[in-house]
Amino acid sequence: MPMTQEEVFAKVKEVLTTALAVDDDEVTSQAKLSEDLGAESIDYLDIQFQLEKSFSIKIPKGELTPENLFTNPEYVQNGRMTPKGLAELKTRMPFADLTGFEADPDINKFRDVFTVDTLVKYVMTKVNT
Amino acid sequence: MVNDHSALIMRWIWIDKFEKFEVNVAAVAVKNVSLAEDHLHDHFPGFPVMPASLMIEGMAQTSGILVGAARNFKEKVILAKIGKATFSRLVRPGEQIVYSAKIVNVNETGAAIEGTISVRTTVGGQPTEISVGTVDMMFSHIDNNMSGMKFPDFNFVFNSQFMELFETYRRELNVQLPTT
Repeated sequence: MPMTQEEVFAKVKEVLTTALAVDDDEVTSQAKLSEDLGAESIDYLDIQFQLEKSFSIKIPKGELTPENLFTNPEYVQNGRMTPKGLAELKTRMPFADLTGFEADPDINKFRDVFTVDTLVKYVMTKVNT
Repeated sequence: MVNDHSALIMRWIWIDKFEKFEVNVAAVAVKNVSLAEDHLHDHFPGFPVMPASLMIEGMAQTSGILVGAARNFKEKVILAKIGKATFSRLVRPGEQIVYSAKIVNVNETGAAIEGTISVRTTVGGQPTEISVGTVDMMFSHIDNNMSGMKFPDFNFVFNSQFMELFETYRRELNVQLPTT
């Protein structure tokens, strides 16, 4: 039986409260993993491992966090993502809401794309296929 | 002429021996706690106990070598996160610490380990093994870090101290490393 978004959110919340040692009520749908919940780079791997275990899914390299985009001069110029880079990002991350990043594609702000909702939407694509 | 980096390495090894080593799965290492070690006289004067921080280091060394072996020591394996560390018993000189590390997950980017620590001692003159704590930790393969940061080619993690220790018991335990 397919999982509902609420069911996925509840399990994602469990993963995040464990991995990031945050309180339940901090894990809102729009909370940013880094800025709001304090996630550092190793935490993303921890979250990935825990999502895999919790949902019995496999997250291939580069699927949740895209690779080789930010070192490509076609995709990034002067610290900002180019229109071509943004198009590539949309293809690679169809589950993410990129509206905010498109408005100001400063690559230092890319991590803001990773909200709780981004994780939920990603997991939805994995569990309901 | 020193042609490797061994002369530059501080002696920093907190396990004595591997008792079990199953590549990609689990390892068990032991450490004998002795009053010949200086640190016990400071921690604490008149009441020597093994510092929990050094037991975390012992678990990290056991686990780090296990994680390194999974990729034939090609990666620089760095302790990146201690998810949980709980201790329920003190460890005294004359006792033997047992570090048991189990790989929960390992991929290109890093690894997660579940660790348990126990101690072999005597109670009423009888040998016994008692639980000391649990330590869960994560390691990063730092050449594959998300930020793209570059590190030296030389594998400064798996230096001669660790590799000599591992080699000694690799033969005894008949450990087969992956070929890739």
